[in-house]
Amino acid sequence: MGLSNESALCYDGNCESGENMRIEEHPILTFEVKKEIPFTFDGKAVVGREGDTIASALHALGILALSNSIRQHRHRGLYCAIGNCGSCHMTVNHVANVRTCMTKLEAGMIVESQPGKGRIL
Amino acid sequence: MIHTSLSIVGGGPAGLCAAIEASKRGVDSILFERFDQLGGQLVKQTHKFFGSQRQYAGTRGFDIASKLERELHESNQCQTKLNTTVVGMYPNHVLTVSGPEGYQKIQSEAIIVASGASERYLVFENNDLPGIYGAGAVQTLMNQYGVLPGKRVVMVGSGNIGLIVSYQLLQAGVDVACVIDAAPKIGGYLVHASKLRRRGVPIQTSRTILRAEGKSQVERVITIGLDQAWRPIPGTEETLECDLLCLAVGLSPLTQLLSMGGASMRQIQELGGVVAVEGNEGQTTLEGIYVAGDAAGIEEASSAMVEGRIAGIRAAMQLGHGLPDDNHTLQQLEEELQGLRRGPFGAKTRIGLDKLREEKHA
Ligand SMILES: Cc1cc2nc3c(=O)[nH]c(=O)nc-3n(C[C@H](O)[C@H](O)[C@H](O)COP(=O)(O)OP(=O)(O)OC[C@H]3O[C@@H](n4cnc5c(N)ncnc54)[C@H](O)[C@@H]3O)c2cc1C
Ligand code: FES
Repeated sequence: MGLSNESALCYDGNCESGENMRIEEHPILTFEVKKEIPFTFDGKAVVGREGDTIASALHALGILALSNSIRQHRHRGLYCAIGNCGSCHMTVNHVANVRTCMTKLEAGMIVESQPGKGRIL
Repeated sequence: MIHTSLSIVGGGPAGLCAAIEASKRGVDSILFERFDQLGGQLVKQTHKFFGSQRQYAGTRGFDIASKLERELHESNQCQTKLNTTVVGMYPNHVLTVSGPEGYQKIQSEAIIVASGASERYLVFENNDLPGIYGAGAVQTLMNQYGVLPGKRVVMVGSGNIGLIVSYQLLQAGVDVACVIDAAPKIGGYLVHASKLRRRGVPIQTSRTILRAEGKSQVERVITIGLDQAWRPIPGTEETLECDLLCLAVGLSPLTQLLSMGGASMRQIQELGGVVAVEGNEGQTTLEGIYVAGDAAGIEEASSAMVEGRIAGIRAAMQLGHGLPDDNHTLQQLEEELQGLRRGPFGAKTRIGLDKLREEKHA
């Protein structure tokens, strides 16, 4: 499993598939290429990198829409990335409303978009 | 129920400095940090800090964070609980926390709230499209995780945060289409603005966002010019293609815990939102409960560190662990704070604090 898995990179046709959103060169910071972490997003096998949060891994794959608004069902992406706003809530390992910007990615995680408030029962 | 002498909420510069001072004085404490790393906003600051020499000016933000962390660990008096969010404040200094050890109650003799701030939002059409992020989130993605937040950005806000993050975006290889600000003047330091201008980034003042457009993520934004009364001028609309719209329009103190605990709170615009009214000896109106850093009013890391030290020393004194010359130390730190707030950039804070003091005497 690697970044060549194009169908995994572009889940609704809106992202340019195969595009690498990882920073490779930076004048101040160094980002080593870290170990791949496999997980699933809406049933598709994808990979993130060690050290990622779920949200950063999805963002790197070009997946920006994380949650849906409760009444209008509009796509919502992350907003604060530090656990304040709730805009990144997803269902992770069948648990609803997980703050994906604060939750470290682990191998084998089942990450799903959740309709509305999510199912808690 | 877990018992400790002092609980500290938040491991940013304010919380770390509070913990360091309390530990130096032999106070047992627990510091709760909801993230998996200490340092708060500092860990994503790649630029060299402005501010006073004593508060590490010239050092990069993330290096300050590791220095403070090392200093804290040397003392051994403070337990740090990472991935642990403080979710409630109840009477008798009881905090409830949720973390890897589950849901727990902690009772302490004193509490220092150093929870920092949350990012403000702007109202415009389609402001909820994915790809519209706060400046802090953009920094987190690129500086902490090495993920590009987008390829081409429009930045809203020319305060120091907007300017610095725009420069950081350039460093990461993102195309900065422009920086806009509704105010007629650039809000941040000119050094930061000049760095952007040298790289050819236009900074447009008296301009705001009219709306964002895109199917399931932002694809373009429409900006509009404002007249002197900040009213939109028809016919001045401009369309900018971008896949990232970054909002750097200020922060609001995170004070919900103090409200829940029953501290007197006031809305003070100059301090960024709802803040705690000061009680005696640097406490809030709740005895034994202190607040420091951005949670006490939006300022900067340098003042957050000094406020943290003050809160740590005051809590230690309250718990009977004060050092003989602590009154003198406190006085020096207060003077240092005043020094940091001098000058035109401290004006807002000074006005805000004056208003807050009026509340205290009212
Ligand atoms: C782009 C940018 C550039 C900046 N540049 C400068 C500069 O050059 N010089 C300068 O002096 N300042 C600068 N600042 C400002 C500075 O970073 C902040 O003012 C400072 O970090 C505030 O410190 P703090 O400890 O109050 O809050 P924070 O750093 O925000 O830390 C608060 C901590 O509390 C934690 N927390 C919050 N709620 C809870 C809870 N309920 N339970 C557990 N943990 C919780 C958070 O996760 C966080 O780690 C900059 C800020 C930004 C965004
Ligand atoms: S993006 Fe705000 S809580 Fe996750």
